[in-house]
Amino acid sequence: MRTEFRLSGSGGQGLLLAGIVLAEAAILEGKNAVQTQSYGPEARGGASKAEVVISGEDIDYPKAMDPDFLLALTAEAYRTYGKLMKKGLIIVDESVPPSEDIIARTARVPILKTAAKDIGKSVVANIVALGVLAGVSGIVEPGTLEAAVKNRVPKGTEELNVAALKKGFELATAFKAKA
Amino acid sequence: MPSAKLMQGNEACTIGALVAGLEFYAGYPITPSTEIAELCSEELPKVGGKFVQMEDEIGSIAAIIGASLTGKKSMTATSGPGFSLMQESLGYASETEVPVVIINVQRMGPSTGMPTSPAQGDVMQARWGTHGDHPVIALAPGNVKECFDLTVRAFNLAEEYRVPVIVLTDEVIGHMREKVLLPDWEDVKVVDRARPTAPGGYRPYEADLDGGVPLMAPFGQGYRWHVTGLFHDETGFPSGKADVADRLLRRLDRKITKNEKVIRDYVTESVEDCEILVVSFGSSAMSALSAVRRARREGVKAGMLRLKTIWPFPDEVLKDLSRNAKAVLVPEMNLGQLAYEVERTVGCRAPVVRIGKVNGDLFRPDEIHDKIMEAAK
Amino acid sequence: MSDILKYFRQDRLPHIWCPGCGHGTVTGALVRAIARLKLDKNKVCVVSGIGCSSRAPGYLDFDTLHTAHGRALAFATGIKLARPDLKVIVMTGDGDCTAIGGNHFIHAARRNIDITTIVMNNNIYGMTSGQYSPMTPKGFLGTTAPYGNPERTFDLCKLAEAAGATYVARGTSFHAQMLIDLIEQALTHRGFSVVEALTQCPTYFGRKNKVGGAVELLEWIKERTVNAKAAAVLPPEKVAGKLLIGELHKNPQPEFCDEYDKIIAQVQRKFEGFRGGVRGCEQNSD
Repeated sequence: MRTEFRLSGSGGQGLLLAGIVLAEAAILEGKNAVQTQSYGPEARGGASKAEVVISGEDIDYPKAMDPDFLLALTAEAYRTYGKLMKKGLIIVDESVPPSEDIIARTARVPILKTAAKDIGKSVVANIVALGVLAGVSGIVEPGTLEAAVKNRVPKGTEELNVAALKKGFELATAFKAKA
Repeated sequence: MPSAKLMQGNEACTIGALVAGLEFYAGYPITPSTEIAELCSEELPKVGGKFVQMEDEIGSIAAIIGASLTGKKSMTATSGPGFSLMQESLGYASETEVPVVIINVQRMGPSTGMPTSPAQGDVMQARWGTHGDHPVIALAPGNVKECFDLTVRAFNLAEEYRVPVIVLTDEVIGHMREKVLLPDWEDVKVVDRARPTAPGGYRPYEADLDGGVPLMAPFGQGYRWHVTGLFHDETGFPSGKADVADRLLRRLDRKITKNEKVIRDYVTESVEDCEILVVSFGSSAMSALSAVRRARREGVKAGMLRLKTIWPFPDEVLKDLSRNAKAVLVPEMNLGQLAYEVERTVGCRAPVVRIGKVNGDLFRPDEIHDKIMEAAK
Repeated sequence: MSDILKYFRQDRLPHIWCPGCGHGTVTGALVRAIARLKLDKNKVCVVSGIGCSSRAPGYLDFDTLHTAHGRALAFATGIKLARPDLKVIVMTGDGDCTAIGGNHFIHAARRNIDITTIVMNNNIYGMTSGQYSPMTPKGFLGTTAPYGNPERTFDLCKLAEAAGATYVARGTSFHAQMLIDLIEQALTHRGFSVVEALTQCPTYFGRKNKVGGAVELLEWIKERTVNAKAAAVLPPEKVAGKLLIGELHKNPQPEFCDEYDKIIAQVQRKFEGFRGGVRGCEQNSD
């Protein structure tokens, strides 16, 4: 079973790190995972995209062809990649306005607000989003993802990021209950 | 016991180099290769090795040749524009037979092109970039694990044949992260250049004229030998004699042609009965493999040859595999460079279809699948 | 004499330089300085680029490296950093060093890597038969400056000093004894040292510019230079327009390889027992 994730937004939002953590968690559970990226010249701002393919089998093509899950943290990313979604679920920040030409099911989740208000650091929005993505998809166990977060985030920020991850899981649970 | 890790291609190249015995790195920052320089700057001093960021790529390759002459395994990493600047001393390393490894993480060119986008446009530059006939070896990893394997092999081949070895990766493979299980370091085969045992009577370029590799003395050990980019005789000193030049260049060339069977490296899938043969390398081969597998599931006799050694080009292998082919497809992220070699090798046995992609995106499998189905009609 | 002959590859002689060329004098000065310092032949490495000057290492009995045009200092940087115990000397010309190799020159100076660079400045590209170089004086002729060179020259010594060289001197093939002294000083200096040696090219520079043969060119060199120490006390009109010779700049600073070794000492201790393995976590987020 091949599951494809696309994480999109702007440079500096930490989407690549979120993709790396997700792939690492899958590997910790013995699955195969490939993470790729595309980015512009800007270190901050500009379009940024990370993709993760997870499978129990051999992965030949490393990129997402028809993503099962799209995370979009900016309106631009939502419009650009949302249109390409044939199946699957889009997770978007609640601040992003809906768009008529996007047909895939969209979950609007207060990712940015949760990071800023509940955690008090907008910078961990990527990890909140990761919690949402993992919670909704059920692709990895929460405990594994927590271990992967601790492996990969800068030293000294582990606690903060784990708190963000947990908030993300809570948002996922709330969404699933609603749906 | 080694365990599986999520690892990036550029990271795997660096670890491969360290396992192979890298002691010296000189480089100049360039996207998408820079992680290799960053990791080398961090890791080398821990093992007593040296890292220097040179003023440009011209200086970088010059510095690694200098370091290699002292007996240290040396490497640089770059991308298209930097690789262009290195061509001058790549020829120098070929002519003087100094082992060095150059990792070229290809990006879209020509010129500055698209710095953050993948391409495979340096296939011919890797072979013919510097002036004059010259021996080189170019390896092309097809996944992250192979970035490790082929970087180790690049060092081993460089040491064994005293040639510059180029590892041609690209932005996708360089930046891609995947699950990799590295071998225990003690189990990795590492080759060191053959050295003379004592300075007495040392003739630095004395070797079997049929592709022999001379013994290489490190500088600073009492051999007091001379190295020049001019044509030189067995003593290492310049000579303008026609027969000396002829002998040297033919020996340099034979080092590779004579050992092509040993240097060649490739993988195949479903080629036993294949009618549509897809020949590819690097990241394009990932898309191609996916397309070939899908075509097989749909009943088309498609097969795949993926080259891990691009130069020397494995003529015999391709001739053999294309014997019963109805068509040979060559997907690559350029307008047909490997295809030249495929066309030359396959000749009129089967039509060769070039599938070029030059928009900075990796092939989607369906793009190649469509071409397979078209050819199978 | 015998103490200097042992540093030559006598079987490689005669050299390829023209009769009256100053490069032999400069090479002789280097060897005499090496002999005075009794350097171990096995621990000296001489590197050159392309040009008449760059043929010198072939005649010297050390590990010698004749590289590509302008690149000598970049190759030498690799050798020195890989083997800091070697005495690394670069022999270069005015075109090789200041034109095609200019970038390597200023960066080697900036790093203050312990390399002695001897620039044989004969104001012309000799090997390619007399084109003007960045050191051809304005108005002088070259085969590519048939109406007189319209360009200005570098002051090589000021360039070296400004770029960070920590020992800079200028000598000439006329003042041969002084040249030996200056090269000796440069060789004993730890850091990037530069000796510009003004030398004569009778075949192209002298003939093209109708200055004359070797003797006249040596006279010309003598007349256009003044000892830096004497210049300090001479009336300004005797110094104006002349090049200073002697030791021009000496400012010992931490040397690059030494500084790198400090880093090694620091991190090797920290990672004692380290057998490789790359960091697993902190990656750029984009």
